[in-house]
Amino acid sequence: MSSSISTLPFDETALVTQAKAGDAVAFSDLVSHYERRVFRMAKQITQNEEDAEDVLQETFLKAYSHLDDFQGNSKFYTWLVRIAVNEALMKLRKRRSDKTVPLDEPIETGEDTVAREIAVWEDDPEQLYSRDELSEILNEAVQSLKPAYRTVFILRDIEELSIEETAQALNLSISAVKSRLLRARLQLREKLTRQFRRKGDDAFAYL
Amino acid sequence: MLTCKQFLQELNDFLDESTDPGLRSEIERHVNECPNCWVVCDTTRRTLKVFKGMEAQAVPADVQQRLVSAVQKKIAARQGKRPAAPIGQ
Ligand SMILES: [Zn+2]
Repeated sequence: MSSSISTLPFDETALVTQAKAGDAVAFSDLVSHYERRVFRMAKQITQNEEDAEDVLQETFLKAYSHLDDFQGNSKFYTWLVRIAVNEALMKLRKRRSDKTVPLDEPIETGEDTVAREIAVWEDDPEQLYSRDELSEILNEAVQSLKPAYRTVFILRDIEELSIEETAQALNLSISAVKSRLLRARLQLREKLTRQFRRKGDDAFAYL
Repeated sequence: MLTCKQFLQELNDFLDESTDPGLRSEIERHVNECPNCWVVCDTTRRTLKVFKGMEAQAVPADVQQRLVSAVQKKIAARQGKRPAAPIGQ
């Protein structure tokens, strides 16, 4: 994987086995391999750099303390994501009790799931932006989602957990995950369509 | 034939390729015959692709440094030693 600092192929299972046997270097390798993704996820959920740093540290410290509990029934990263998402949601709840950040708005029924922006995209819209511009566009789009949708989207479509793993990590039913995910995906599709729609192709836009 | 609304309800499973074959061919037929749903399907698929292709940026150096020392401290405590030479950097 490109985020690995080592030139050797990254062998998660072997590193986890070594770390469980007390190999500190193996654990540090796991940290350096996953720190970016954990930090990104923490920032996306908490929307706060300081909280995200706490989440990052807590996640790896907890993972280290509970390494013996990891039985290898899932991928190590999936296990790590579950720890991280719990930490991040705790931060978010704490902030909610400070201010009023709604975390779990009532979820509407499927009736309001609509697609409004109908427009074809440029062939390769990603190529029209620099990497930084693109990542800003994507981050802004994710941030615009309500937390209840955002978290599901992050776990399922960015961190690539399965529907079942996402449901487990968030303590939600499968059907709740699915309906939140559909709304998240459709809302993001609308946002990105505003950016990526093919210019001068208004025949396709029924706005 | 599937309605546009029914199509939209099935879109997730369709994109995740977890739809059963009978329904799948109905959805495919709808997408091929309904220009709007074709666009919705195509742009949602590409939305997911764009997000999957997003690489996580490096953790800022100071944040990473604090992480490394927190982890080292924890490891040293577990091993009953004082923090040893920096690991992994
Ligand atoms: Zn349709």
